[in-house]
Order: sequence, then structure tokens, then C-alpha cells
Amino acid sequence: MGSRIEVIFKKEIRDALGESIKKRITEDLHINVESVRTIEIYTIDASLPPEKLSLLGEKVFTDPVIQNYSDKPLADDFTWLIEAGFRPGVTDNVGATAKRACEDVLKTTLRGVYFSRQYLIRGDIKKEEVERIAGGLIANSLIERWEIISEREWDKEKGISLPLPVVKGKHKPSVSEINLDVSDNELKEISRQRLLALNLSEMKTIRGYFMDKARKDGEDGKERKKLGLSLATDVEIEVLAQTWSEHCKHKIFNSQITYVDEKGTKSINSLFNTFIKRATREIDKPWLVSVFTDNAGVIRFNPEYNLVMKVETHNTPSALDPYGGAITGIVGVNRDPLGTGMGARLIFNTDVFCFASPFYDKPLPPRLFHPKRIFEGVRRGVEHGGNKSGIPTVNGCIVFDDRYLGKPLVYCGTGGIMPSMINGRPSHIKEINPGDLIVMTGGRIGKDGIHGATFSSLELDENSPATAVQIGDPITQKKMMDFLLEARDKGLYNAITDNGAGGLSSSVGEMAQLSAGCIVELEKCPLKYEGLDPWEILLSESQERMTLAVAPDKIDDFLLLARTRDVEATVIGMFTDSGKFHVKFDDRTVAYLDMDFMHQGLPAMKLNARWEIRKFEEPVLGVVDLALTLKNLLSRLNICSKEYVIRQYDHEVQAGSVVKPLTGDGPSDAAVIRPLLGSMEGVVVANGICPRYGDIDTYHMTACAIDEALRNHISVGGSLDHVAGLDNFCWCDPVKSEKTPDGEYKLAQLVRANMALYDYTKAYGVPCISGKDSMKNDYQIGGRKISIPPTVLFSTIGKIEDVRKAVTMDAKTEGDRVYVLGMTKDELGGSEYFASIGFIGNDVPKVDAASARKHYIALEKAILEGLVASCHDCSDGGLGVALAESAFSGELGITIELTKVPVENIKRADTILFSESQSRFVVTVAPDKVKRFEAIMEGNIFADVGVVTAQQNFTVMDGEKVLLSERIDELKRAWQKTLSW
Amino acid sequence: MIPKVLILTGYGINCDIETQNAFRLAGADAERVHLTDLINRTRKLEDFQILALPGGFSFGDDIASGKVLANMIKYNLGEEIQAFIDEGKLIIGICNGFQAMVKMGLLPAFNDNYASQDVTLTFNDSGKFEDRWVYLKSNQKSKCIFTKGIDSVYLPVRHGEGKFVARNPQVLSGLKKGNHVVFRYVDREGKSAGYPYNPNGSVDNIAGICDETGRVFGMMPHPEAFQHKTNHPRWTREELPEEGAGIAIFRNAVEYAKERL
Repeated sequence: MGSRIEVIFKKEIRDALGESIKKRITEDLHINVESVRTIEIYTIDASLPPEKLSLLGEKVFTDPVIQNYSDKPLADDFTWLIEAGFRPGVTDNVGATAKRACEDVLKTTLRGVYFSRQYLIRGDIKKEEVERIAGGLIANSLIERWEIISEREWDKEKGISLPLPVVKGKHKPSVSEINLDVSDNELKEISRQRLLALNLSEMKTIRGYFMDKARKDGEDGKERKKLGLSLATDVEIEVLAQTWSEHCKHKIFNSQITYVDEKGTKSINSLFNTFIKRATREIDKPWLVSVFTDNAGVIRFNPEYNLVMKVETHNTPSALDPYGGAITGIVGVNRDPLGTGMGARLIFNTDVFCFASPFYDKPLPPRLFHPKRIFEGVRRGVEHGGNKSGIPTVNGCIVFDDRYLGKPLVYCGTGGIMPSMINGRPSHIKEINPGDLIVMTGGRIGKDGIHGATFSSLELDENSPATAVQIGDPITQKKMMDFLLEARDKGLYNAITDNGAGGLSSSVGEMAQLSAGCIVELEKCPLKYEGLDPWEILLSESQERMTLAVAPDKIDDFLLLARTRDVEATVIGMFTDSGKFHVKFDDRTVAYLDMDFMHQGLPAMKLNARWEIRKFEEPVLGVVDLALTLKNLLSRLNICSKEYVIRQYDHEVQAGSVVKPLTGDGPSDAAVIRPLLGSMEGVVVANGICPRYGDIDTYHMTACAIDEALRNHISVGGSLDHVAGLDNFCWCDPVKSEKTPDGEYKLAQLVRANMALYDYTKAYGVPCISGKDSMKNDYQIGGRKISIPPTVLFSTIGKIEDVRKAVTMDAKTEGDRVYVLGMTKDELGGSEYFASIGFIGNDVPKVDAASARKHYIALEKAILEGLVASCHDCSDGGLGVALAESAFSGELGITIELTKVPVENIKRADTILFSESQSRFVVTVAPDKVKRFEAIMEGNIFADVGVVTAQQNFTVMDGEKVLLSERIDELKRAWQKTLSW
Repeated sequence: MIPKVLILTGYGINCDIETQNAFRLAGADAERVHLTDLINRTRKLEDFQILALPGGFSFGDDIASGKVLANMIKYNLGEEIQAFIDEGKLIIGICNGFQAMVKMGLLPAFNDNYASQDVTLTFNDSGKFEDRWVYLKSNQKSKCIFTKGIDSVYLPVRHGEGKFVARNPQVLSGLKKGNHVVFRYVDREGKSAGYPYNPNGSVDNIAGICDETGRVFGMMPHPEAFQHKTNHPRWTREELPEEGAGIAIFRNAVEYAKERL
């Protein structure tokens, strides 16, 4: 039992949090309540005398202008009261800050301070409804617990008290041995029970290794015996399972695939080597610095600086706890550029989410959250992760498809910048010498995130463990980042990497390859609480930690700086050249693995892929109301304004914002930022993603994603000669099995996506520098399986020489000519237009890269010469949507003559307006620049189709006939209304 | 003399680099100093003429925005700060820095009392963090050094807790009478208006205040975020000077320090 301090807003002060909870109870749960007020509770794990509690209440917890506090229960005037707090061991950021703040005032150390919150609800509602509010909106039972009390049950003297969320650690850490000399079935059982996610062939390889090692007469056997080892330890098995996980080893991307399509059979030895790496190698740009080797890709920005970028996904954790999963996703990917080379300063985030419709109204399968709750939780997680870290979220997008009900996709990307040379050595190279110390810094280790790496390699089912859920702590990480950049510039370490999936096992295991061995002493690792087994310490994915190699002569300075900056740093071992991954706990060896076996011992999987062309029904189109259709399209989830999300993300911190996510309320194509405030050079960041096309053919889906990202990049003035790509595949399980009878088709979809990646990055000369895959995005409980649509996100990072040349998408001036660049074809397959009438169709957009590349280069030149007033790419919703957006963002009208649009065999106006043919732009040009603009575009497919008008209408003419004329404020309203929460 | 500016950093402050750059553009010698170095006395506040508390999320806004940072400064550096003010030096707090200043009691500091909290900044009426540009109109009667010659300015706000609230009506009228109010949120035409022009529901549209001397100043919007014309949301459609309008605020401070300190 601890001491409680309660803080409440004074009566006359508005409780904005309470009001927003009330709004969501009404809107999301459809329960009518009169009011919601909140009380903040701080529980101190100590029995403090009243005067000390008053001191804390006054100095630490209360804003005297607006709040009152008490060490007695404050709740009154409610029908129902809910108090919700964290479960033991869950990261409690407010509690941690409160502990520190209390200690500063009391000048003493406290065991713990914990945060919880009361919700005082007034309204005529039943207990079941209150339960729904608690579990369905306020708290997540995986990580939080709550109590509910009615007005009648309330005893003001007694109040309410949740048990202190203290981890009770009576468990004595131990190591167990595992006998692998068992039948194949038992091997499978070991893998299943321990959540190892290893298949039989992998388990047999491990069995073979240990059987060989354990031979009593062999050298290895003697060595193991000397160290006190005989059978494999649980530590060793867990390390191998983590190192060999799909998450860490990309087994499917590196498998041997026999691929069959209508043209015949092909053998592919590693998709990654065959398509992705090969393209980058063949493109061979001079500005590539470090690709596919480090935590993130590195390219040159200018002679003094390099850019670093990585995009990750955090899907399964976000399905289980949307807020925790997403905040961990964003602060997790932040550590990739920070852990690349000698470490980069972070300059932007870009996030792409895939959700089911937030208006989903069918019954939810077990264990799934409503998509609106996922949306809100993820949005808030990324908000806190990004904003609190001081990194601008420069752009992103949200894709909606109801198949993401089973697993939302949460892509988080981060870019950084680092001087190309630091203390006289190239910053992108890590060097570790035997004898360098292994240092862990940042947060402490708990049971959170154990089995994240192997778990993300399994589908979501009823056994999904709660320990996979974590909550990121952006401030601990920010303090660590500030400290590490200081240490970097002082030359205090030799190498750095992040602790993400697989924890120390992964970070130390990978770093140890640079020196060829290591010895780790697990008892030295700082823990959040006692009672962790050695394998748990090694595997835990507790957040906000980096691992470094520090030379012995620098260690004192390093640790001193850490202490000064209030950051924890601990020596936990040493890098060696023994060839062994050697782990000890309390002086006893608990793992002794050959580095070679860990990293090269994994047998390649052999898989089959079979492609078939699927035919979808074509709609019969009758007479169409174009204005109504356009407004409907603008309101569709995949097209409508995402302002609600954008404004809650700080997109301007660091003061380098040039092209923001919104232009005059309209949607910008790509972000432009100026990372060095003393220079006019800019970074362009763009994304392409179009899973709907993948229903027809993932080859064209991938081609379109690449084209979309590049279109966006070119649209704002980026250079086609200085842009790199990042591929990110999220797939449903593509391995044929009982659970996945259509695995061969899904694998063929993956193969085709990779073929397109090679063909199109090559054709555009845009190398990939980093990538990621997440292969098990399925939900299976009972008889119900929901698989996500295969999804490729293609992100780009590139350069614009002078940000003052950047162009935005809003029409600028009355009288400017309106051009359409690129050919419009009959390509409505997978379009938003077809989706709006319930069809998929078959004519998926196909990218003609040779032709597109030519006009991209011409457009880049025109922008550079300052000839382009506005430029907007055509994507979802086609020309009609792009023109409307350009008009209402500039608060000007546009009139076009439809017959002037360059088309290939199209008769219907709706097809011209809503076809999603790729590589097209809407460009406006001032009359005095038209001649020069047309001269530059000569030889490309383009046409002057109309004019920007002061009259506030978007009008489409066919000669004298008005096909469509709609006020731009009406169009804007249609675009804004859907998600105007 | 080139004035020396201390840009505070550490514990989740995150606008320190751009604030440093803004002061440099304004002609100062600006240095980022970690709060721990001040507390350890490795660095001394007295070596500087201007102190800047930049924006950010010190301590993650846990408990209340700026509150924990305010305590840390107040209980470790209270005397140094008071001496700094007594010597006639300048302090600016932006966003989270402003939040910390009011919670320390540095603003509005009625009757030269720099240790009592009379106003606060709390949750936006919208219940959301918001990033949006706002129009500010300055109070021409204010003695604020930082805003001399500035009539109006367009800047971004980026906060979840920016609603200005006074302890009671007397405090509010004291703020008005004493011309403590420096900036108010207005619409494009310069008139007072509701949300989103007043982005957080601040009482009397108050966006920034100063002490009685005009040398201690805090504001919620971010002048350091408008250092170049390309920061302006409409720079591709309006003719703007190369230098961002936010720099004038820093230049006023630097010029004052050059002449007087």
C-alpha cells in the first residue's frame, strides 16, 4: 500500500481530456453520457507523512492556477468512476518522471511512483456500458487494469485503490538444459512451446550442431565440459532462434524459389540478392555510401555530410496495443539511423499506416480492436514518439482496406544526417578491436518485448503473448541521443548499434562479427526489476537502449559524460577474437556458440511459387454524374484530407520545413526540408504505396508504388539523378502449409513484386539503399483467417540543390495555363473509381518507365528554370481529383477542355477523369513562361488543357458542352469532411 | 561587443539548434549549454547576456508541461536566474520554455516577484496537440524589448498545452493594466477571432507576456521556426523577404544587449 496524491482541475477550469473522452464515448461507442471529468493519481511506493505528501502535492504535482490536490479521495458528483493504471512491469513514463521529480524535492530515493487516472462519468448508463468504456476505450487489458465503482458503492473515506503495479520478483534466475536428442515431433514441440518459430529443418540443424559439439571425445566437447556445459542451454537455443528468426534473417527473401508462370519455370536463389541488391549494384551511383550493410542506408548529401534513412514496420505490437506498438515503432526506427555508422542526428520521420475503415460496422472477430481504436491509438503513439523526440513528421499517408482488420500496418521511417568524416575517420564505418568494451546505454532491461523477433514471425492468434507489447519512452531516448552525439563528436566510442528485435543477443551478436567474438557478463546488465532468467536478459527487447564498443582508454571519459548527462551506461562485457559468442552469468558460462554457426549455419529454405492470372468482373458503366462522382471520390477514405492527423504531428520542429504536408489545406506531394540551416540544399522525402493494384498483379502494384514515390519526388523539384529508394514489403504468409493452402500463389505475388522492383529501379536509375520485410501479416482464430493484401511501400530520399526552387501543388495565379503531362490510358483496374462502385476490374495501370523517365527529366529542368507555377501528381482518383485539389488548394478555379487531354483509346469522360494511369502530372505555368516550358517539354506527351480562373469553379468542358462544373469550396468540403474529427 | 546567448538544452528540450541559429542570424554568439553543466557549475550563467529557454518536450510533458523542468531550474539555479534578471539581462522562453517560465514564476512577475506563479499554460480547448500557423498582433504599449518595432507577425504554434489562463480576474486585469501582454492571437485582418485563429482557447487571446521591465519574455508561438522565407506556408505564392520574420525578435534582443549590456 502506497501513499496517494490526487490532482483535480478546479471547478471553473475546463477538463479538455475529459471532454475528448466524452466525445469518443458518444461517437465511437454510441453510449450517451452527460459528462466526463478526470483526476490524476500518483501513488508513491512509500508511507510518507502528511507534511511530505503536501510538499509533493504543492511543489511537484499541482499547477496552483488551475488544480487542487489532496491525499484523500477527491472524486464526487459521478454516476460511475473508473480508475485505470498500468499492470506491473509496463513502462509508466509519467510515473518515472514523477519519481524523479519527487526525489529532487524530497532529496531521497524512492522505490517507485506510479501513475493512474480516474474518469468520473455522469450519465444514466449500465454497468456493462461502463465496462465497455473501460475496456473498449480507456484502457487495454493487456497492459492496464482498472476498477469500476458506482455512485452507490462509493465510500469517500475508503476511496479506491488499485494494487501497486510492482513486479514481485521471487523467481531465482536459472538456466535450463534442453535435450535435443529427441524425435522430430518432439523437436517441433520444443519450437512451438518456446515460441521459437523455427521449422523442423532448422531445429534439426541445431540438433546436429549440438550433437556434434557434445561428443565427449571431441575437442569441442572437452571445451564445453571445461566450461560446465553439456547439453544445449536454453540461452543458446533462444539466441539461435532469435538470430535465425524470419525477422532478423529474412529467410523467405533468402530462400531458393522455384517460380512458375505462364512463360515457364525459373529458379531464383534469394530474392534479395537476385532483384534488390543486384539492381543497386548495377545502378552504381557515385553518391552511394553504405547500402544494405548497416542499420540504415547511407548516401552522400554534399561533400561534408551524408544522409541516412531507414523504414521499419511495427505491425503485430500495434495490433495488440495500438498506442504502445506505434510509439515503440517510431522511437525504435529512430535508433536505426542513430545506430548507423558512428551515429546520425535525426532530421525527419515519415509514417505510413494501413487500417481497415474506421467506420467498420460489422461484428469484430475475437481479440481484434475496432479499426477506429487502432487508428486513434497508432496516431497518438506516433504523435508522442515523434513530437517528444523533436523530430518533424514531414509527411506520410494512410491507406484503408478492410483486410487490414486482421493486422494494421504501421510503417515508420526516419532520416538522419551525419558529417561524412568524424575525428578524421569516415563516419559510416564501424571498427571494433578485440579488447574493446561492450557498453549498454539508455534504458534498463525488463521482461517487455521478449520474443518480439520470433513472435513477429508468427501469425496473430490467441496465444500471442502480452510480453510482446511495450511502451516507448521518448524522453529517455532523447536524453540518450543527445548524449551519444556529444560522445560521438568527442570520439569516445568505436562502434554503435541499436537494441531492437532480439535485444542484446542481436546487437552484440552482430557487432561481435567485426572483432570475431565476444564475452558478455549478463549479471552486469542493469535490470528494471529482479527475477529475469539469463536468456530473458539477453533476449529482452526493452526499448531505448544502444550497444557500443568503447576502447579501454576511453571508457572513463565515456562513463563520466554519461553520468553527467543523467544517462545510464554500463560495461557488460568485452569484444574478443575468439570466434565464440560467449555468455556468462555470475561467472558461469551459459552460452558458448560458434559465431560462424550463428550467422552462417542457417539452411536456406526451398519454396515453390506458382503464378496464375486472376480475372475479375468488369463493371458495365452507364451514364455517370461526373460532379457527384468527383465529390464521392474526394470523400473516399483513401483520397480525403488527413489534416486531422497531420496537424497533431509536429512537422516543423528543427525549422527546416520548406514543403509541408499541407499546402493551402491541400495535399502536398513530397516533403522538402533544409537539414542544415546554413545551407539552401534540401532533402526530398516521398512515399509510394498502392496495394489495391496488387489484387490484379503485384508486379504492376510495385511498379506503380515506385513510380508514385518518384512522381512525388519530381513534383516538388527533386532530382532524378540524386534519389535513393527504400523497399518495404508487408506480406501475408507466403509459405504453403495446411494453414496457407494458397501459399504458392502468395509467394508468386512476392516474386513478381521483386521482379518489378528490379526492373523499375533499374529503368529509373534509382538504387535501393535499405529495406525491410514483414512476412506473417495474418490473423487466424477459430475458423477465421484474415490476410492483409500484399503491400509494398516504396519510400525515397533525395536531394534538391536549392530549396528556393521547390514547387508546391496549389494553382497560383488567374490566367496560368494548365498542362497535363503523360498519357492517360484506360486503366481503371484497381482504381478508387472502380472500388467506389464495388469492382476491381482488370486493366491495372502499367508504368512505361522509358517514356516517363524522359518527361521526369524534362520536368525537373523546367522546375529548375523556374517555369513551373504549380505541379501536382495524379494518383488515386486520377486527373479529376488532382485538378480539383490543385484548384481548391490555390483558392482558384480551373477550366479544362477534356478533348485536349492526351489519351490512348478512351471515349468516356469518366475514364479520362478517373483512370489512374501512372507518371502523370497536372502543371500550371504563367503565360509568359509557356513558350519556354513547351520548348523544354518538346518530344514528350503533354498538352495545354485549360486555364486557372478567378471564378471559383472547377469546370470540365467538351467543346461547348459543360461536362462538370462545381464550386471549389464544395469540392474542398467533400475532401475535408470524412475525417474531420 | 558581440552578445553571448545561452541556449538551454537537455532533458527533452528540442528546439535548441534552430534557436541557436536564429540568434546567430541576429548577430549573437549563441551557445547550447546542457542544463547539467549549469547545475554542476561547469558553466556559468553570468558569462552570458541573454538566456533562451527553447521549445521542446522537457520531461515529456509528464505531470504538466514545463513543470518538472521549472522545478529543476528553480531549485538548482534560482539565485543565478534572479541575479541575471537583477543585472538587467534578457530572458526569452518559447513554447515549452515559456511554460517552464510561468511555472517558475518568472512571468508575469508582478511587483518584481520572480518566484510566484500567477498564470499558467494548460491543455488546448481542442484537447489536441496542433501544428498550425497563427497571426499575432503586438501590444504597442508593451515595454517588451524583443518585439520593438513589430506590429504583427505570422508564426507557427506547435503545442498541446498552450491555453493561457490567469489565476483570477485581478491577475488578468493586472496583466492588461501593466501592459504585460505582448502578443495576442488575431485573424488575418488583425481582429480577435475564435478557433482556429486562437488555436488553444487562451484567455483574452494571449499568446505572449513579459515582466514589468520588458526584459523577461515568453511566448507560445515559435519565432525561431520562421527563419527563412521558405518556412512560410505560402512562400511559393507570396513575395517575401529572404529572411524570415521571426528573426526580428532575436535581433531586437541582440541589439539591446549590444547597446546596454
